[in-house]
Parts: sequence; C-alpha cells; structure tokens
Amino acid sequence: MWKGRLAIVTILFVSLLAGLSMFTVRGASNDQLEVYSWWTGPGEEEGLAAMAKSFEGANPGVRFVNAAVSGGAGSNAKAILASRLLANDPPDSYQRHAGLELLDDVRSGKVQDLSDMYREQDWTKVFPKGLVNNLTIDGKIYAVPVNIHRANLIWYSPKALKELGLAGPPKTWAEFLQQADVIKAKGKTPLAVGPEWTQKHLMETVLLGELGADKYERLWSGGISWLSPDVTSALDVYTKVLATSDVKSAAGDWQPQLDKVFSGSAVYAVMGDWSSSYLEQSKKLAYKTDYDVAASPGTDGVYDFLSDSFTLPTGARRPDLARKWLIECGSTAGQNLFNPLKGSIPARTDADAALYHGYLEWALQQWRDPKMRIVGSLTHGVVANNAYNAEIDSALGLFVQHGDQGKFARTVEQQYRETQ
Amino acid sequence: MTVDQQDSASHVARHSSEPARPGFAPPRRKPRKQRGPRWLPGLVLVSPSLILIGVFVYGFLGWNVRVSFTNWRGLSPKYHFVGFDNYAALLRDERFRADVRNLIVFTVVFVAGAMLLGFFMAMLLDRGVRGEGFLRGVYLFPMAISFIATAIVWRWLLDNGEGQDTAGINKLLADVGLGFLRSDWHKSDSIWAISAVALPAGWALSGYVMALFLAGMRGVNETLRESARMDGASETQIFWHVVRPALRPVTFSALLIMVHISLKTFDLLYALDQGNLRIDTPSLYMWFTTFDGGFYDRGATIATVLLLGVAFVVGPYVWYSLRTERR
Amino acid sequence: MVRATAAVVPRQPTPPQRPGNLPTPPPSNPGDLPRWQRPGPLRTTMRYLILWALAAFFLMPVYVLIVTSFKNPADVSVTRIWELPTSLSFDNFGAVLPKLSSGFRNSLALSIPASLISALLGCANGFVLSKFRFPLSNVVFPLILFGIFVPYQAVIIPVSQTMTAVGLRGSGDATGGLLGLMLIHIIYGLPITTLIFRNHFVSMPDALLESARLDGAGVLRTWVDLAVPLSKPAFAVAVIWQFTSSWNDFMFGAMMTSRDSWPVTIALNNVAGGQSVPFGQAMAGALLVSLPTLAIYVLLGRFFMRGLLAGTLQEH
Repeated sequence: MWKGRLAIVTILFVSLLAGLSMFTVRGASNDQLEVYSWWTGPGEEEGLAAMAKSFEGANPGVRFVNAAVSGGAGSNAKAILASRLLANDPPDSYQRHAGLELLDDVRSGKVQDLSDMYREQDWTKVFPKGLVNNLTIDGKIYAVPVNIHRANLIWYSPKALKELGLAGPPKTWAEFLQQADVIKAKGKTPLAVGPEWTQKHLMETVLLGELGADKYERLWSGGISWLSPDVTSALDVYTKVLATSDVKSAAGDWQPQLDKVFSGSAVYAVMGDWSSSYLEQSKKLAYKTDYDVAASPGTDGVYDFLSDSFTLPTGARRPDLARKWLIECGSTAGQNLFNPLKGSIPARTDADAALYHGYLEWALQQWRDPKMRIVGSLTHGVVANNAYNAEIDSALGLFVQHGDQGKFARTVEQQYRETQ
Repeated sequence: MTVDQQDSASHVARHSSEPARPGFAPPRRKPRKQRGPRWLPGLVLVSPSLILIGVFVYGFLGWNVRVSFTNWRGLSPKYHFVGFDNYAALLRDERFRADVRNLIVFTVVFVAGAMLLGFFMAMLLDRGVRGEGFLRGVYLFPMAISFIATAIVWRWLLDNGEGQDTAGINKLLADVGLGFLRSDWHKSDSIWAISAVALPAGWALSGYVMALFLAGMRGVNETLRESARMDGASETQIFWHVVRPALRPVTFSALLIMVHISLKTFDLLYALDQGNLRIDTPSLYMWFTTFDGGFYDRGATIATVLLLGVAFVVGPYVWYSLRTERR
Repeated sequence: MVRATAAVVPRQPTPPQRPGNLPTPPPSNPGDLPRWQRPGPLRTTMRYLILWALAAFFLMPVYVLIVTSFKNPADVSVTRIWELPTSLSFDNFGAVLPKLSSGFRNSLALSIPASLISALLGCANGFVLSKFRFPLSNVVFPLILFGIFVPYQAVIIPVSQTMTAVGLRGSGDATGGLLGLMLIHIIYGLPITTLIFRNHFVSMPDALLESARLDGAGVLRTWVDLAVPLSKPAFAVAVIWQFTSSWNDFMFGAMMTSRDSWPVTIALNNVAGGQSVPFGQAMAGALLVSLPTLAIYVLLGRFFMRGLLAGTLQEH
C-alpha cells in the first residue's frame, strides 16, 4: 500500500538531491563582467585571458566571466547571442566584427553610441582614418576594435615556386592565370580553396584586385551595380580563377586548405593572416624560409581589413564595468596584451612595434603606413550587413554549383536593394 | 502478469472477497461521495501537463506560424502582417528549392538504406545466432551517443583529403586496395553529395529499424510457421509467404518514423559540415537565415512548412496506430 | 537525430488465437529444428560472416574514438587515423577532463531530476489517459503524441524568451539556467513518457481498478497506491530514455545556460568547435561524454530496447 507513496517520495527526494547542485552554480551576480565572444581557439583564448586578468587586477572584486561559445565558425555564438538579445538579456559586452555587421544591432537599439568615449580617449587620432570610417554607422561609432587582420593575402612556399621556375607570386590576376597554366602542366593545383566562406573570401580579393579600392568600396555602398561592365569582367576573372582551383574537392576547413600548399599538392592559397600563427605554431614553419606571403594579386598598397571589436549593449547589467572594459580594449596596454598572443596586430597605430615579429612586423608596418589604402572585408562583416552577407552566401553557393554568373550578379544586385 | 501485478491482485482480492461470516458484516468503507463527474479528478491530474504542452508545443508553434505571416527581419520583432508573401517568396527561393531537392535525395537514400540494412540484419538474426545479444547491442548502441560525439568521429571518417593527405574511410579503402572507391563524400560536387551523410545517419539508426523488424518477426505466430514447415515449405518460402506479409504494419510505421526523422535532421548536418550548400536542407537553411541573416520571417516560414511536412507524414501514422490498437 | 520519436510504434494486431494455442517463440537455437530443416553449414557461416562484418562497420567509429583518445597528442592526425597508438597516453584525457568536469556536474544535476520527474508525470498522464478517460481524451492523446514530432528549432526563440521572462534564464536566475533547462526537458519529454506509460497501463486489467474503486479510492489514490507500484518496467524505460535525451541535448542547453552552468555537450562542443581543433582531446572528450549513456545502455539494455518498442506486444 505504501509502496506507491514511498516510490514517489523517493523520486522527488532523489531529484531534489541531484538538483541541489544546480544552485551551487555561480549564477549571474552583480560583481561580474560577462563578456561574450567567439575567441575560443588557440592564441585568442590566451589573449582574452590575459586581458581578463589585467581587468580583474584593475577592478578588484569583479569577476571576469568569459562567455565564449565556439563552433560553427561563430554561428553558434551568433544564434545564442541573438536569442539573448531578443530576450532582452544581453551580456555586459559582446563581440562583433567592426563594420556593417553591427548594423542590425544599431538599428534595433541593442548597442549604445560610443562616440563620447572615442572623444574622451582620443581614439580617432590613433585609429587610422580608413578604420574609423568603416566603424561609423549613421554618423556614430558603436564598437571598439581590439585587433586587425588582413584578408587580401596570398600564401605560398618559396621553395615550391623556385622548383616550378616561377619568379614570384603573381602581381595581377591575369599573371596568376598565366602561372596557373604552367602549374597545371606540372600536375599541381594552382589554387587551394576550402569551405564556402573561403570561396567568398577569394571572390572579395578578386573583386578588390580587379576593381581597385575605390570601385570596390562603391560596389558595397551601392554606387556601382553588380551588372556593370567592370564588375562583370571581375566576375569573369573570378570564374576563371575558380576553375583553376580544387573547388570540386575543396578542403574541409581553412587549415587543411593551407596544408595543401605546404604539403606540395597546391601552390597558392588566398587566406587571411590568421594563417601565419597557424603555420608557425601548428605546422612549425618559419616566415620567409618555409612560407611567405604577399598582397593578393592586384592589391598591393591596399589593406583589406577585418577587426574583432566589442560593444556596449543596451540594458547591460553593469554598464560602468562594461565601459571600463571597452577602455581597456582600446588602450595600448590592452591591445599589446592581446595581439601578440593571438597573432594579430593592434588597431592602434601607436602600439609598441617591438612586440611584433616576423609576418606581424610587416603587417603592422603596412597598417601604419599613411599611404596605405584601407578597405573593409566582405566576408568578415565590414562592408556588408548580416542580411546582405547571408544572401550573398546563398547566391554564391548556388553559383559555384551551377556556374550561372549572370544569375549570380542579378541576384546579388537585387538582394543589395532588399537588405538595405 | 509480473510479480508485482500478482501481489497487488491478491492483495486486492483478499480485501474484497472475504466471505461474510454470519452475524458479522465485514467492514466496508462507504463509497466516497462522488462530487462532480467521475472523470474530473483524472482531468485535474493531467491538467498541468496539458497546459504546459499546450503552451510549449502548440502555443510556440502558433507563434511560429504567426511570424511566418509577418515581415520581421532583424533584432527588433515586427509583427506587421504581409499575408502569404513569405510563402510565395519561399517557393521562388532558389536555395530553398535546392534544399528540398537535397532533402528528397537524403530521405530516399537514408530511409531506403536504413530500412534495407535494418531488415537485412533482423532477417539474419531472426533464426537465432550465438552471440545475438552482443550483436544486437552493437547495432543499437549508436542511438545512445550524442550527435556531437558522432559528428566528431564521422568528420574524420568522411575526410576528403587527397594523395598523401588521404584520411578516414578513403584511407582504409586505399590500404585494402580499394582506392578507386575513394570519394569526396559530402564535399563532392554533385547532387548526390548529401547521400554521404546517410552513412553516419544510417549508422545511428539502422539498429533501430532492425529492432523493430526483429520484434515484428518474432511476433509472428510460431504455429503458423510450424504448419508451413509441416507442409514442406523451405525456410525461405516460409519467410516470404508467412513472415513477410505479417511485417506490413511494422514496415509501415518504421518507414514513417524514418521519413519523419529524415525531414527533421539538423544536428548531424550542422555538426558535420554546416555552410556546405550541397548538403543544405530546409532545417539548416532555417537556422542560418534566422540567426546569421536575421530573416526571422523566412525562418518561421520554413519552420512552418517543415512542420506541415512532418504533420503530413506523421498524422496518418498516429491515426493508423490508434486505430489498429485493440483495447 | 531525434531520439524520442523512435519509441513510437503501433501495437500490432494480435493474430486470432484459438484456446490453448499460445504463440511460442521461435527456436532460439537452430539446432532445435529437425535436421532436415536446419540451414546448411555454408549458409550459417555466411550468416555469421555478414553479421560480424556489419558489427565491424558499426564499431569502426568506436575504434577511431578509442585509438585516437589514447594517442600521444603529437601523433593525432587525420591521416594516421587507423594507426594504433605507438604508446598509450592519457594526455588527451588529462587535458580535456578539466574542461568537461563542471559540465559533467551540471549535466547530472540536470538529467537526473529531469528524467525522474518527467517519468513521474508521464506515469500520471498515461494512467489517466488509459484508465480514467475523460471526454475528448481520444483527441487529447494524439495531440499530446504530436508533441514528440515537433522540430525544436522552430520553438527555440519563444522558449528562450519565455524562460527569460519568468526569470528562469539569464541574469535573474540563480541556477544559471539549469532549472529552466530541466523544466524544458520535462515538458518536451511529457509526450514520450505519456506514451510509454499509457501503452503500459492499457495492458493492465480493469478488474484491478474495480476493487480499488469499490474501496472508495479516487483517481489520485488509485494512481499512487496501485498504478505507481505496478509500473516499474515502464519507469525504467522512461527514465532511461529521458536521461539519454536530456544528456545528449545541445540546442536547448546552448540557449539556456552560460559558462558556469553549461551541460557537458556544450563543453564538448567548445573543445571540438573553433579553430584548430585539438582532435585528440575532442575524441577523448567525446568518449567521456558518451560513457554515462553507454553505461546505462549496456547495463539496462533491455529497458532501452523496450523503450524503442514501446507499444509493440511481445517482449523478448
């Protein structure tokens, strides 16, 4: 008779007991700074931890909570962040790529205007003009960039080039196509590509190389149509370049894509400069001797940048702490802590150059060069908002499968109008 | 009956079947005054569940349908009614059409493959083999593994490196001399790319189909088989003419369940190779267009279409299973 | 893959039985068949060969998982996937365990109550729906059943919004979202547990209930005193299914929790997502994370099987 009651009581009791440890979880408290990022990989994790330690040191009693979620090249993080923002439960600061990736957040009132902070900290003087321009949305600035990566780079092995009798990396895409014939005759793949986003990355560098910086920028701001002759011929070049690549059996990720270049099956790969820390740390290759890098064909003198930046969300629990965090992000000290560990260069032009060696030294030098023309990356959210970028993804994926260039251009042009 | 059932039965029997001794009326509680209809307490007992399911399943699905009729894009919800625009746009959407094609290919390959393999395994096990318990366990255990763990391993197995970068199953094939079978799997440039995903999917679920068929086969009345044997039928003939027709209901339900699982597959594709449009399906498109692109209206439309598809497949099945139930 | 749906199978119509004609199980040993009916040695060998070859296919990923986990981290590479470790190394486990330990604690705190309570509620529902039917209960039951087939991506956003609104998620919550996550698993587990118990109770003779009713017991008392003790096997099935389902969940866990309260699947994902995945650690982690569900499956496999076949008649 009592069996049933005993059973039920036992069940509830065991549940309670097991569930009690839920309450030992350190839930959100008021003395914490919850920072949301996708920095979970080697290098960036350590960089963030260094900044966190410094922040906690400067703000005793405050816990820095690293709410990084990895996976899906940031798409997990985006989904979870979106659900939090929709539920009006933002972290104290979250990460976005600097540029139009932030547009939706701005228009929905999810982030605060930081123009005051920029004036107080004098940041407009130490960030290059090209960067500040791309950070400005509707006349205001909403994010603080921590690091800079360069997207328009072509990677190769000097030894391999010598063996193939090639003088050096191609200076234009036309030269690349010529070299490609030579390479194919020797039985190698001229260009290695990886998953879809790397193909978009390739497209952006081809567009940049063929159109030049000015027309490139006007393309993204709607000044030039995708159906115009300039763009059409640039897309023609892209189609030809893709044809020389191994897109039909593309690598699974950007690292295997690079691996192909250094294992000898491919000769070139176009990828951003996060490649250098991968090649040096994981593959133990030396800059200049084992691997070398140049501006992608046609883009010498242009810095196609992307930047990880932090925001001040509306409704953050501790906006005061968040502001302190943002100031650290934009400070020389903070940027010098993070970037050497991550393998990127600081956004500030007055950072300590002695900390950056090898490839980073060259990158920093280029970034600071006043003659350098700075433009923003498409693939990494600087010149296109999320909706536009997502539609380009769909259109590009279909184009790569079916090869209908005209349809691609028409679709993208239409999507530009619809996603503004 | 189980031991427990027998215990309770006798316990109950003891109390209610005591013979009346002369002059002594066995104590008997008066039946409790029934307040209200007899079924009311039952309804009350289940009402919390009903309410919760009502909200969390139907309420939220309703929210989805509602959003599909709006033009909500971006992080601020907009519930401006736009009629069937989203559905019309979806029909014209190239990526969606490609996704549906992929889904059909995947469903056909996965379901056919898993059903055939499961049936085959059940057939082999039906007559009884030594080590059956172990073998059954091996075929079934993938169901206990989370999809993340599954994807971690299968990403390696389906690696598409070439030459000295050959890895995974390709490497195994090359090592045993079957190198010509090398494949780019889900990265290959063909509409069949998604059928490669049927491998991990089939790995995870063929065991389930096997279990269903095995239970069905074992449920066939042995005397039917016996009489067929008496009539001189061979085992194969018995299988074909006696067992197989009896499996029709199991086949039907297994088919429907597998199709429905196929329609909903998300986790595996997401963890294996998201962003690869050749294995894109409506589920994935829904996720990416909502969270990457901020197209909440389109996402909700796809979700509703998916829901309708699932309902269409599952509805007749639920109706059928409730109908054939004997009480 | 949606596991909950796998348990739904219709009851097969029982073949008409003449008295004394009980269905007997097939001879478990083909040796019991008369000699002229036994399959020939060739066919038997073929059968064993195929079965064990299939077993090898099914175990192939496990081989990779185990072999890679125990390799020296420097030897872990996708091109050397099939090679045995040159030396047994626990480095991967050592490196990944700290990353997963709080995840384990969180997942246990979540899955144990979620599965127990979900089973309890399912028991009540199943009992009422089979024995104490109320008007429209044969409409209500299919409606509940349909809950098994819901695509979860469709409800992610309203779920997270609702949970935040009631304070079970985000800043206001002391459990880091785990309590809310437990409720989510309970609620979305109700359809399947209800099904399991309903099918269990349907086969319970009504006569048992009659005596209880004559004793004056109402629904609640009948359920507590009579139904619950009689539902042990169904309980095992429901608890195992719900435990596995909540343990393996990713989506809801990701939406509800944050770093301190992550379930173990999210922690594993963080090891295996991101750039340059340390595959040795990822594989070791995958192995560790799968251990509890695998253990349950190995030890209580027959309940697992019964969960699969909830609703079919014969149990083997």
